[in-house]
Amino acid sequence: MSDVKKGRVVGVSGPMVTCEVESAVMRNEVAYIICDGVPLKSEVIRIRGQQIDMQVFENTSGLRIGDKVEFSRELLSATLGPGILGNIYDGLQNPLAELENDEGFFLRRGQYLDALDGEKKWDFTPTIEKGAKVRAGHYLGKVPESIFEHHITVPFRLQGTYEVINIEPAGAYTVNDTIAVLTGDDGKEIPVTMSQEWPVKMPLRVYEKKLLPVNQIMTQCRLIDIFYPLAEGGTACIPGPFGAGKTVLQQIISRYAEVDIVIIVACGERAGEVVETIREFPELEDPKTGKPLMERTIIICNTSSMPVAAREASVYTGMALGEYFRQLGLKALVLADSTSRWAQALRELSARMEEIPGEEAFPAYLESQIATIYERAGVVELYDGSSGSVTLMGTVSPAGGNFEEPVTQNTLKVVGAFYGLSQTRSDQRRYPAIDPLISWSLYLDQTKDSLNEYSEGWVDLVKEAHALMLRGSDIHQMMLVVGEEGVSTDDLITYLKAEMIDAVCLQQDAFDSVECATSKERQLSDFHLLMGMVQHQFTFETKEETRKEMAHLQNLFFQLKYCPFKGEEYMRYRIEIESILGKEQA
Amino acid sequence: MIEEHSIIIRIQGDIITVPAKGVSYGELATVKSKFGVSLAQVIRLQGDEVSLQVFAGSRGVATNDEVRFLNHPMQVPFGDALLGRIFNGSGDPIDNGPNLTALPRINIGGPSVNPIKRIIPRGFVETRIPMIDVFNPLVESQKLPIFAAAGEPYNELLARVGVRIDADIVILGGIGLKYDEYLKFRNAFEEAGVLSRTIMFINTASDPTVERLLVPDMVLAVAEQFGIQGKKVIVLLSDMTAFADAIKEIAISMDQVPSNLGYPGSLYSDLASRYEKAVDFEGAGSITLLAVTTMPGDDVTHPVPDNTGYITEGQFYLKTGVIEPFGSLSRLKQLVIGKVTREDHGYIMNSMIRLFAESREVEQKLSMGFEKTEADDKYLKYAELFYDRFMDLNVDLGINDALDLGWKTMAECFGPEDVGIKQEFIDKYWPK
Ligand SMILES: Nc1ncnc2c1ncn2[C@@H]1O[C@H](COP(=O)(O)OP(=O)(O)O)[C@@H](O)[C@H]1O
Ligand SMILES: [Mg+2]
Repeated sequence: MSDVKKGRVVGVSGPMVTCEVESAVMRNEVAYIICDGVPLKSEVIRIRGQQIDMQVFENTSGLRIGDKVEFSRELLSATLGPGILGNIYDGLQNPLAELENDEGFFLRRGQYLDALDGEKKWDFTPTIEKGAKVRAGHYLGKVPESIFEHHITVPFRLQGTYEVINIEPAGAYTVNDTIAVLTGDDGKEIPVTMSQEWPVKMPLRVYEKKLLPVNQIMTQCRLIDIFYPLAEGGTACIPGPFGAGKTVLQQIISRYAEVDIVIIVACGERAGEVVETIREFPELEDPKTGKPLMERTIIICNTSSMPVAAREASVYTGMALGEYFRQLGLKALVLADSTSRWAQALRELSARMEEIPGEEAFPAYLESQIATIYERAGVVELYDGSSGSVTLMGTVSPAGGNFEEPVTQNTLKVVGAFYGLSQTRSDQRRYPAIDPLISWSLYLDQTKDSLNEYSEGWVDLVKEAHALMLRGSDIHQMMLVVGEEGVSTDDLITYLKAEMIDAVCLQQDAFDSVECATSKERQLSDFHLLMGMVQHQFTFETKEETRKEMAHLQNLFFQLKYCPFKGEEYMRYRIEIESILGKEQA
Repeated sequence: MIEEHSIIIRIQGDIITVPAKGVSYGELATVKSKFGVSLAQVIRLQGDEVSLQVFAGSRGVATNDEVRFLNHPMQVPFGDALLGRIFNGSGDPIDNGPNLTALPRINIGGPSVNPIKRIIPRGFVETRIPMIDVFNPLVESQKLPIFAAAGEPYNELLARVGVRIDADIVILGGIGLKYDEYLKFRNAFEEAGVLSRTIMFINTASDPTVERLLVPDMVLAVAEQFGIQGKKVIVLLSDMTAFADAIKEIAISMDQVPSNLGYPGSLYSDLASRYEKAVDFEGAGSITLLAVTTMPGDDVTHPVPDNTGYITEGQFYLKTGVIEPFGSLSRLKQLVIGKVTREDHGYIMNSMIRLFAESREVEQKLSMGFEKTEADDKYLKYAELFYDRFMDLNVDLGINDALDLGWKTMAECFGPEDVGIKQEFIDKYWPK
């Protein structure tokens, strides 16, 4: 291959390699550095005359000055098509299960495998006629995958209008078989297969228009769903110090969120945490479909000891896959843990390039990079009038647990919901440790109409509860200063009501089989019961009595939440609570 | 193809730069100076110039000293003959035992385990320390540091937990370890009768700083080999803050822009690539990694403990001689609690901690001079019992006895309604 652009290595510093090349080079082009015969994938990140700086997605030890570099003329891309679901990929979309391992366990560098199984036959049905005019993103046919129809689209990279001059009949095809042929204005024939490539760092925008997120996505986490709802196509961040519960919260959401596709991006954190998902999801059943959870899940796994540059790529790969499923009319949820590790990868490379550092040595472009990623989320109207969405939820790991740092601050500017985890709450084992005093969601108002449809006046009820929480906290602060004797019995009641909301509604044990997920129906029912308590006028004589009676009531609510919904025991506690609230009133 | 070079054109900190061709990144070299021979490693290639970090330090290195490139990365001998042996920070035996040149040598700092080749750890490790077993149980293959300020008995705790674990092999990595502390470790291993299955790599406080970079990698490379042979290995590292400081020194000599208090932005990745070596291998052995992270200024938000906490699977927070319930965490606890241990374990753990948190609040309130209520008395009594029966590090109690004592302690202070535990467990376990 004489037309392969070649260069040679002139410098190596950690994951950054500098090479010299004579022909044209593209920014973000993929190149392979040949190290003792092994190709090391890398990406062009800076061009200065003939000096090309590249980040290498592999360990660079063993490289020498003069080693050859081959350029691919392609940008770093994801492969899209049937068969992505259920896979466990690294940050460059290599299927981890297919890789050969040194000594049976260790990742060996320089292996780049197809992301999709090229042998598997899919049951293709054409959904378009010969002669039809199409453009990028239009559907040509479909194959059944998991529980939905996986549409085969006109390749996203095509610009303009094309005519379908051939479409294969229904039958079994692999992702590499040609299923249609298109021609454009220039008359050139373009064969189309069921798989295509898309550069991961480019937002995929082949839809009619972007819509305002107005529908809630159920996570089955009460604190989120009731107080700080997440919208379909929305964005949220979960900052918190280590150990506050970011990962557990995302794990729980990855299991129970009511979406079609979940993409877990394990970005620069512990391998052990992904292992739980990898090992358990194939065994767990998706209650909605009865199929293994793994069939709606994709894991992108670039954990902390894997190469730093590939960590940077993993978040983009995750977003590209999410956008792909959105094109197919599905609801995708991308969970990135942790976006700080991605930002740190940027910082590491920036330092190697000796760029002028910004705050905490992060590069000046951190802010725009964060914004670009979150802006890729959204709900869109597709060309056929249906809709699809990508919802993005990223954790942030602020240094020292201090939210006044660049990654947290820049993320807060662009997200629609903020779930701030607090050390105090996690120390008190008040899980999930989302702090109701600092967290917010713009979606409570934005999804108001759809929320109120479930239950009239719902949003106002939530706001009432939230206001009570704030009051309760004020009274608590006061009690710390003036003591319990310094506040009125009414204030004490308010405080205990707020505590009760906290204990039986906000706190949710991720590891209890009943508590781990609360359905919409149960949330509505239990929250109304709880608000019945809140709105109830208690008339206690003394503070002793107040504490005693409220503790009794709280214990009933507490027992209730651990009982399976509408079971015998549940009904017993419920009746007992109702009778207390009713009797008092009478 | 061993090349020699005799012009050192730059010496900055412990980094030297020589003109050389054909050298590979990461390769090892020796630097022979008037004061001895040191190992050095290539950390930057730039045109015809090669920069190396000199493990014994660059003090006394002259511009005309000889640099020999060895054409391979850093290696360490491996085999059963390592058992019972003691090495220094560059991997040479220091115990006057037989030499190990016949053993095969393995590369250190190798790639990470393919995540799909890991399994979910399930092995509960009983330490008979209630603050660990009941509240933050240790799990086989866990990576867990002890966070402590200078002066706390962290090495004693490390040694005590280390020898309690029923492991096939114990490997100690001393990183800037005080000589006395090294001797104490030795004594602890001897007393526990594990010396013959112990391997030590010791860089003491007076040994070269750059060598500290090698110790965790040597220890973990050896641990990995035993692990894939099916051995249950426990690795003890003390002190990882000294390791991080060595990274800082190199970064500063390389003119890297620091991200926080002089530490480079890569600190997280540097620590993670070591800690992530803790693993439960599918179909083979395991590596459990316990480390000490001393906290400069007793500040948990200092970059070293902070980055560590984000990497490890929890931490034991040692403060005024006890393991603090707040701030201490075992992230793997839910894998064993109530599954390997008794069904009531999780409820005991949560309720006892919540009550203890409330007790602390009461103590605080009273210290501000507020009137004591009847309820307060219960909490005060509880706090005292909790301290004596659970927190005191001298308590030596099996897990089930500790759980029973938990029920008893709660019942001595509170009613069943106060503790927030599912009725079915109250019915079954609440002392009558
Ligand atoms: N919702 C929850 N319910 C029960 N325990 C939790 C919950 N969230 C967190 N935890 C506890 O806190 C530990 C740390 O949580 P994790 O999500 O790993 O923290 P982070 O990712 O913020 O560092 C977990 O191992 C678990 O023991
Ligand atoms: Mg986490």
